[in-house]
Amino acid sequence: MLSAPIQDQINRELKKYPADQKQSAVMSALRFVQDEKGWISTDDMSDIASYLGMPKIAVMEVATFYHMYNLKPMGKHTITVCTNLSCTLCGAEDTVAYLKARLGIGLGEVTADGKYGLKEGECMGACKDAPLFTINNKKLCGRLTHEKIDQILAELDKS
Amino acid sequence: MINIEIDGKLVETERGSTVMDAANKAGVHIPHFCYHKKLSIAANCRMCLVEVEKAPKPLPACATPATDGMKVHTHSEMAVKAQKGVMEFLLINHPLDCPICDQGGECQLQDLAVGYGGGESRYTEEKRMVNPKEIGELISTIEMSRCIQCTRCVRFGQEIAGQMELGMANRSEHAEIMSFVNSAVDSELSGNMIDLCPVGALTSKPFRYTARSWELSRRKSVSPHDGLGSNLAVHVKDNKVCRVVPVENEAINECWISDKDRFSYEGLNSQERLTRPMIKQDNKWLEVEWTTALEYVANGLRQISASAGADHIAALATPNSTLEELYLLQKLMRGIESSNVDFRLRQSDFSIGAKGAPWLGMQVAEINSRDRFLIVGSFLRKDHPLLAQRIRQAVKAGADANVVHAADDDLLMPVANKAIVAPSGMVDVLAQILKALIIQKEATVPADMEKVAVGDAASSIAKSLASGARSAVLLGNLAQQHPEASQLASIAGQIAELSGAKFGFLGEAANSVGGYMAGAVPGDGMNAREMLANPRKAYLLLNVEPELDMHNPELAMAAMKQADMVVAMSAYKHHATEYADVLLPIAPYTETSGTFVNTEGSVQSFKGAVKPLGDARPAWKVLRVLGNLLHVAGFNFETSEAVRDEALGAACKLNNRIEGIALKVNSTNSAALQRVTDVPIYFADALVRRANALQKTGDAAIPCARLHGDELQKLGLQPGDTVRVAQGNASVQLKVSRDDRLPPGVVRIAAGHPATAALGPMFGELSLERA
Repeated sequence: MLSAPIQDQINRELKKYPADQKQSAVMSALRFVQDEKGWISTDDMSDIASYLGMPKIAVMEVATFYHMYNLKPMGKHTITVCTNLSCTLCGAEDTVAYLKARLGIGLGEVTADGKYGLKEGECMGACKDAPLFTINNKKLCGRLTHEKIDQILAELDKS
Repeated sequence: MINIEIDGKLVETERGSTVMDAANKAGVHIPHFCYHKKLSIAANCRMCLVEVEKAPKPLPACATPATDGMKVHTHSEMAVKAQKGVMEFLLINHPLDCPICDQGGECQLQDLAVGYGGGESRYTEEKRMVNPKEIGELISTIEMSRCIQCTRCVRFGQEIAGQMELGMANRSEHAEIMSFVNSAVDSELSGNMIDLCPVGALTSKPFRYTARSWELSRRKSVSPHDGLGSNLAVHVKDNKVCRVVPVENEAINECWISDKDRFSYEGLNSQERLTRPMIKQDNKWLEVEWTTALEYVANGLRQISASAGADHIAALATPNSTLEELYLLQKLMRGIESSNVDFRLRQSDFSIGAKGAPWLGMQVAEINSRDRFLIVGSFLRKDHPLLAQRIRQAVKAGADANVVHAADDDLLMPVANKAIVAPSGMVDVLAQILKALIIQKEATVPADMEKVAVGDAASSIAKSLASGARSAVLLGNLAQQHPEASQLASIAGQIAELSGAKFGFLGEAANSVGGYMAGAVPGDGMNAREMLANPRKAYLLLNVEPELDMHNPELAMAAMKQADMVVAMSAYKHHATEYADVLLPIAPYTETSGTFVNTEGSVQSFKGAVKPLGDARPAWKVLRVLGNLLHVAGFNFETSEAVRDEALGAACKLNNRIEGIALKVNSTNSAALQRVTDVPIYFADALVRRANALQKTGDAAIPCARLHGDELQKLGLQPGDTVRVAQGNASVQLKVSRDDRLPPGVVRIAAGHPATAALGPMFGELSLERA
């Protein structure tokens, strides 16, 4: 069952679309679930499907298409590094290597304390700030250097 | 209309059509994988790239609209280069395992690779691997790595089957076809995905690795199951049916067949097949020669006729029997002066009379162009999978579907209005709709309808029907099996007349129309119900398993057990071993020539695809010999065609006119629970009941007693509890399940299964108590 706050959020979202096109809200619904739980399970997809009256597999198609949706539990702070062309040309490989070393985990993994997760992402449309990563898909950090990464991690450590 | 030029050929094509459509018209073949004429355009395989003059790059023919004066080259240097390039890309990740691939020899990718593929691959890196998925008992996905992501299977589910069960998860090179968390594909049309798959990614689980396609001979046949009469190709190797696939017939089954038509062939090769004539002596079954068995039958019938009168002989046949078999059976019976012959085994109200053969009332293909439907008493999807598909297409094109039924099963299409009531309330609902229509047409309401109170649902349905230009009123299986079937039919007929609608009966089985044409109805003799209610001394059963095929299994079994002689003509050794005296092995549809007359009245003959198994013989030959032994005149048929021609020469006409049925609306509200009975799709006839793979699907689950949640609460029951279901003197134990799509006051219990075969009639009162 989707929680009451999620249902409220989805209902608000549904007002944007015609009554017979409820499935338009699927991406938002997935986002609401992830914001609450940190990840999206197949049970959640199933719940969203019945809430929006669409096939379960259609929800799964959307959830597995976008890299921003976590399909397994990730860290409290999930760092997604863009590894597309512009970022790679500007040193994304080094960014990934540095993060791996700092956090002691590989791509798609979570630290033992559950605090950090590390993911590879696709172009975030901010190539002028390459190389870059996002934190929990919400905060974009660009023009990364080792010092800047240390600074960001130090701040996250505090929270 | 516009003119376009394809490879120098001038073609006239409709505005809005694509280059692919125009090429098909011109008879020019453009290679393709994802394009399919019955599915939406995806344009994702890119194989159909062609050169269009003035376009800077090759364009996909399937998704490019034809414009006036367009010049297309499908085999120019540019086009072929593009096609070869696409082919090279497709083959990068495709395993080149054709020698061990089930699709080998009938694979579109293999065929086109011969024309467009390179001699050897330039790709030396690792190929991608896709893990197999579990999607049920019918379709195998073990070799999912072969998938080229054309998404035909996905689109088929969305657009034709009406439920999206497969989808493409993930992205780019990780994209995979899968169902939701390995759930089974439940669609009753799912097998068509195997045909649609242009490679060997989706293969038939029962057929896999039993034969190579070039070893199979292909013989045309006709489906013996539902009333549609789908055209089939029976694939045979070593005198054994290995698989069944559709033969395209736009007027009947288009290019599809239901899973029942496709996978029922497993029943042909069942261990239960009866292969020798058998006689019971001193309670032991002996295998005997045909002559001995037939002499025994002839003598028995002669004796009973002499001692008790020919009237004490009765014959029952399933509506899945061929026209020839039904014709000879009734001719034999009338020849020995008994008219007790019937094929309407699940019917209970015969007062409609039989002036002609009740039929669909229109051509099958006309369904697609209807704009209003009233569907009365039909488990539409399961009883008529492909007719349901046509109605789905009509609804998609804007038609209203209105439903009057005793269960609100999901039809996988939007339903405009519905009245879901207990069976005893159905006559009243139809009367309401009729009254609402009469009022809308400002005609006078007849006196016998004064008391009918029109409800909201009925009035919306009437409004919907009245606003249509091409409506149809269709009576389903439940409506025809209903104890007040004549009332339902009579009122539905009047509704159709008032709303200018086509009026039709959805034929339950392959020969529901053919049985009437063959004259296998009693006339002045006893009908199927009377033959059991007034037990006879001898019964001839043609394909019938009384406890599974009859309206009232309890009554049927009592009649069989008391009879002096029961002759079971059957392809299977079944329950009859307990009460019959003679078992005669007859040939199922693939082993005999014969004719089915489908629900629209199309006469479709077919030849045997394989030789009869063991000593089994076509039933028409058995009946012919029996006729000769009993010295009945006119039994010297050389061929089944001669039988057919004689039968059709004397056949009654298609006729849905119902006259002289006085309206009788009784609004007695009994407090007792009523039975609603469906005949699940894979229990409907002897053949499909023995098809292994189908019997493992969800549709073949052991029947439960299904009730609405409120009723369960009232009875203090939980889903999963075991209850004793009592109907008159009969009772069985069943598990309870919750089904909130049922109306209050009913228990839904399936027929056609051993677990419920000890119960009484398909309708009526019953009680439940915790066991």
